[in-house]
Amino acid sequence: MKAAVITFPGSNCDRDLATAFEQVGAEVVRVWHKDTALPEGTDIVGIPGGFSFGDYLRCGAIAARSPIGKAVVAHAGRGGHVLGICNGFQVLVEMGLLPGALLRNANLKYICRTVGLRVETSESAFTAGYAQGVELQVPIAHHDGNYMADAETLARLEGEGRVAFRYLANPNGSMNDIAGVLSENRRVLGMMPHPERAFAPLHGSADGRAMFDGLMSAFAPA
Amino acid sequence: MKYRVFVTLKAGVLDPQGEAIRHALGALGFEGVNSVRQGKMIELDLAETDAAKAEAAAKQMCEKLLANTVIESYRVEPA
Repeated sequence: MKAAVITFPGSNCDRDLATAFEQVGAEVVRVWHKDTALPEGTDIVGIPGGFSFGDYLRCGAIAARSPIGKAVVAHAGRGGHVLGICNGFQVLVEMGLLPGALLRNANLKYICRTVGLRVETSESAFTAGYAQGVELQVPIAHHDGNYMADAETLARLEGEGRVAFRYLANPNGSMNDIAGVLSENRRVLGMMPHPERAFAPLHGSADGRAMFDGLMSAFAPA
Repeated sequence: MKYRVFVTLKAGVLDPQGEAIRHALGALGFEGVNSVRQGKMIELDLAETDAAKAEAAAKQMCEKLLANTVIESYRVEPA
């Protein structure tokens, strides 16, 4: 598996994400936001957490329209995989690769703590490493993670089993307790919690590792 | 040509910041504030001298970047 991890000015989880991919044996290429193309043979693009472009205008808005943004949208258009975590999720909704929007947390606070999640579907390369219904402990660290979508979109996401993760106790006001959603072809995942920060026992939880192991298996040569 | 762009959350989209402002106004003794909605105002100074073209360009800027039309609406007016 070849993973391209993008760094924007203000990204701060890019190294963590690259390390998680490396730990499961992926080839990782670090990509700068001014690059206009992804490395040849990229299987999956990782858009990391952080505060790209200082969250100016709207979280993720400027990053979504950066030079590398076009290449990411084209990669997804070709059926490529994209994983957006935290600010990466915000970038993906701003790119239009995922529906809905992420608003300011309902309590207006920046929330940084470990939360309980439930895996709602194993039907994606991202969640294939988990049994459906299993509960995880994964950290969140965000100010704008309050997922909202119009009623029609929400019904569609639920009907098509595209809610990947749900909070056990809603921390931020997200509709339907949504913590992560999949694209229609199930190859783009955006999630607010940080699986790369729950990768090893030293992190306090290793529940995020199965996502990277699952991805590695999905891209293993047949 | 100069324009002002007003970007506001659509009706029905919860505005927790507006709510916090409303509470603070109440705490200051301003009674009867039924609702507060917060938005942003962006000033554009465009080189284009044709008003129709300039306004059309400003609207395109709103669609492509300045507003997230999933949750926000916008209004462009000459400054």
